Amino acid sequence: MSKFRKKEGKGLQKINTSSLPDIVFMLLFFFMVATTMRETEVQVRVKVPEATEVKKLEKKSLVSYIYIGRPVAHVERMYGTEPLIQLNDKLISDEGIPYESIQDYVLFEREKLPESDKSKMTMSLRIDENIPMGKVDDVKQALRRARALIINYSARKEYREKGRQR
Amino acid sequence: MARETPEVNGGSLADIAFLLLIFFLVTTTMDIDTGITRLLPPEPEKDQETEVKVNKRNVLVVLLNRSDRLMVGGYEMDRLDLKAKTIEFFTNPLNNEDLPEMVETEIQFPPGSSAMLPSDGIWRGKVSKGVISLQNDRSTTYGKYLQVQNELVAAVNELRNNFCNLHFDMDYEELNTSNTIEGEIHDGIRKIYKMNISESDPKNIGGRN
Repeated sequence: MSKFRKKEGKGLQKINTSSLPDIVFMLLFFFMVATTMRETEVQVRVKVPEATEVKKLEKKSLVSYIYIGRPVAHVERMYGTEPLIQLNDKLISDEGIPYESIQDYVLFEREKLPESDKSKMTMSLRIDENIPMGKVDDVKQALRRARALIINYSARKEYREKGRQR
Repeated sequence: MARETPEVNGGSLADIAFLLLIFFLVTTTMDIDTGITRLLPPEPEKDQETEVKVNKRNVLVVLLNRSDRLMVGGYEMDRLDLKAKTIEFFTNPLNNEDLPEMVETEIQFPPGSSAMLPSDGIWRGKVSKGVISLQNDRSTTYGKYLQVQNELVAAVNELRNNFCNLHFDMDYEELNTSNTIEGEIHDGIRKIYKMNISESDPKNIGGRN
């Protein structure tokens, strides 16, 4: 029955891959739109607390970040395990209240903004939930002195059941 | 007869796209920034006396001690009760002697924006003089501190939202501040329910640190 004889020596049928670039490009565009560039490498461990009243930070260009947390593993060897403050890429390890470093940072960040937006500059404090408030109070005092008064305590959205809300 | 242009080999296009894709996956983040925005008080002038005399009934002391326990107005309290307590403090529904004074105030809203207001748009009512004094120790954990901040903000937001629902039939959150009328409503409500949370200068509460 030659009619049903298997075709031999031809192997598997090739899958048509001509639409693969299109699919990948679609994925690529999705990621380009949905994500933002990672500007700094965070060298402290920050797990921000949860809160119900959080709002989105509207204008990213007005926001500068201050990180406070315990150092990640490879930084730990140099700085120990005490909580550290990170401004952009720079870790601050000096004792006492870091007035000068924060003042310099605020001035530097403020200089980058157009004149009309300088008063709207927001400092986003990304602080680990287990950090003692002493460090946070120091930073707040320094920010007051540097006249950067709009601050944002970074937090994740917490969804609370209605019943538990007393 | 037109000469055919030779076809470009598109086989490697997928590889190039993948490479770009992986590059973006690695260098970008997806997190959206959310948080609680607060205003810090400006640094006082050198010669300025910082002590401000406030009537005792107008102040609610919220204290977080070094072992993260919460004391409100002299009594220990669960965090989840703080919101209700704050709302009571700011509204003083029973005109209690121990709760803050309420001051008769007139606030101008855009005329005709609400059926609940007279036609000239002036709201007449009582505005609380209450101030919440939030104090913490240097050893308080930040997470607990933010939870307390959150409850206080939640209380004020609820008061504002209730007022907005009742008078303007919309959520306070939905007010669009770039719109003139809604912006005026927004500012008016902010004057009625002020976010009066004062944070004292840091100090050590309760002994050693």
